[in-house]
Amino acid sequence: MAEVKIFERPKSMTDVSTHYCPGCTHGIVHRLVAEVIDELGIQEKTVGVAPVGCAVLLYNYINTDMYEAAHGRAPAVATGCKRVRPDLTVFTYQGDGDLASIGAAEIVHAANRGENITVIFINNAIYGMTGGQMAPTTLLKQRTTTCPFGRDPKANGYPIRVAEMLATLEAPGYIARVTVARPKYVIKTKEAIKKAFQTQIDGKGFSLVEVLSTCPTNWGMRPTEALKWLEENMIPYYPLGEFKLPN
Amino acid sequence: MSNRVLMKGNEAFAEAAVQAGCKYFFGYPITPQNEIPEYMSKRLPEVGGVYLQAESEVAGINMIFGAAGTGFRTLISSSSPGISLMSEGISYIAAAELPCVIINVMRGGPGLGGILPAQSDYFQATKGGGHGDYRLLTLAPGTLQEATEFIMMAFDLAEYYRNPVMILADGFMGQMMEAIEFKKVKLNYDIPDPKEWAIGYMAERGKRALIKSLSLDPEMLEKHNQKLQEKYRRMEEKEVRYESVGVEDADVVIAAYGTTARIAKSSIKKLRDQGMKVGLIRPQSLYPFPYKPFNDLPDGVKHVLVVEMSCGQMIEDVKLGVQGKVPVSFYGRCGGMAPSVEEIEEAAKKLLG
Ligand SMILES: Cc1ncc(C[n+]2csc(CCOP(=O)(O)OP(=O)(O)O)c2C)c(N)n1
Ligand code: SF4
Ligand SMILES: [Mg+2]
Repeated sequence: MAEVKIFERPKSMTDVSTHYCPGCTHGIVHRLVAEVIDELGIQEKTVGVAPVGCAVLLYNYINTDMYEAAHGRAPAVATGCKRVRPDLTVFTYQGDGDLASIGAAEIVHAANRGENITVIFINNAIYGMTGGQMAPTTLLKQRTTTCPFGRDPKANGYPIRVAEMLATLEAPGYIARVTVARPKYVIKTKEAIKKAFQTQIDGKGFSLVEVLSTCPTNWGMRPTEALKWLEENMIPYYPLGEFKLPN
Repeated sequence: MSNRVLMKGNEAFAEAAVQAGCKYFFGYPITPQNEIPEYMSKRLPEVGGVYLQAESEVAGINMIFGAAGTGFRTLISSSSPGISLMSEGISYIAAAELPCVIINVMRGGPGLGGILPAQSDYFQATKGGGHGDYRLLTLAPGTLQEATEFIMMAFDLAEYYRNPVMILADGFMGQMMEAIEFKKVKLNYDIPDPKEWAIGYMAERGKRALIKSLSLDPEMLEKHNQKLQEKYRRMEEKEVRYESVGVEDADVVIAAYGTTARIAKSSIKKLRDQGMKVGLIRPQSLYPFPYKPFNDLPDGVKHVLVVEMSCGQMIEDVKLGVQGKVPVSFYGRCGGMAPSVEEIEEAAKKLLG
């Protein structure tokens, strides 16, 4: 009987092991992006923009044309590329420090221009790469290395709901929030990523998928505890769903 | 019959870029360079290009990073404070070896400073600005005609060396009007086909493109730096440009670039009319700097006078060139003030004794 392969590495993913900590969800999202690129058959016409953050080495894992941008500037880099080569599918992959703090201006204006790019936004409520400092998305009372007594809104304001904020703009085509905390959510996440890429391919403008993710290392939790903490603490504050659909 | 047209400097800069085949411009308003983005917003759609107003100079230079990565010709312009904001991005562009042209129409600083012409970004342009061991090929035109020619040449240089090239102009050049003839300037260099390295040719090349500056392995990063340095040494050999006038019999040589050199030429003419022997060395490339003509000054030269619209920046390179053989003095105005023909004449006369 002929062998039937039921699981293999996506073509758009390189054959190397990632540098991520055990239980980190960055790797899951990378794989979903690669699967979507394969399914849409756009590997040779796709360009990724890696952020500054734990996913800075994204270019080692996603096997398409890649840029590695300065901290927060991925949407500007993607804009420059897409404006010259509208025939290419251009996506950025950014953390919450990268996108919601230092790169807040770039993401708001790329969204507001309806820039025809796709953004995969990894919200892990912390600065992973630099060792667990407070992010704009850190939850109230959540402890980090720079809010050791827990985030206090009087000093640091409130966690930013990026998906809802950007959904107030007229131009964006597709905005959704998903998570990879359980297999059932992973399937939904892949659907959202695919919709986002399709929005771009159809020329319907800016698309963004916010993925609630874990950083077990800097949350100081075991991977399974981290997934549970995400479900119990992040989802109530950051509701899952689609906030903007292409018309 | 000549094809000269009367044009404002900033518009002429923009037109020169369009004629050099540049179709992509990302900018942000700042005086005294606003006519460049304004002109591009009308002109680029005519040639099937894209003008995009960025949300800031930070975003603008990163849009250039993305656009230049496709191998097409890209231009960005600003004035001093805006160039400061771009500095991180320029460092990334230099590190990733992307070609692009940047125009700085300098105004007085530091800080918000003023909106009138200055030359106080010489250090920023030639000694770094951003972080790391990188160099910007920096051209300093003296007239609008020369500016248009340098801008066209700058695109070839940027592509040949895969390095950002800066045109260092000042507010006078941006705002003045002059008759210009747009001549096709093309360097006879063997420019690599962007399809060999740029984004967007994965299928043709059979290999993806990777545009990055990160290098976590120190040995690799040192190697990359050494490769960049070799490139800079090649620029230093090949790209030094300057004008030398009346240096052979001079007692005093004035060193000045851009608008200041233009004023100094009038002073020199007056001094010569009075029988005083004064010459001029006008660097046209600021990086690489023309050290040699200062090192090889004729024996008769007794003094070098550096004139700048700054508190004294290029003078440091002139001194490196002169190597203490003769005294080097300075006359400068700054903050938007320009040295007059008479002031330079006076300063030279003092040295002539
Ligand atoms: C201009 C600049 N400032 C600061 C840094 C340091 N830095 C590197 S990664 C990072 C935070 C990344 O956090 P996030 O975007 O949330 O990504 P994560 O690592 O959590 O995936 C910071 C501040 C930098 N590289 N560049
Ligand atoms: S530090 Fe956090 S985000 Fe970074 S790889 Fe480790 S677990 Fe993942
Ligand atoms: Mg993070």
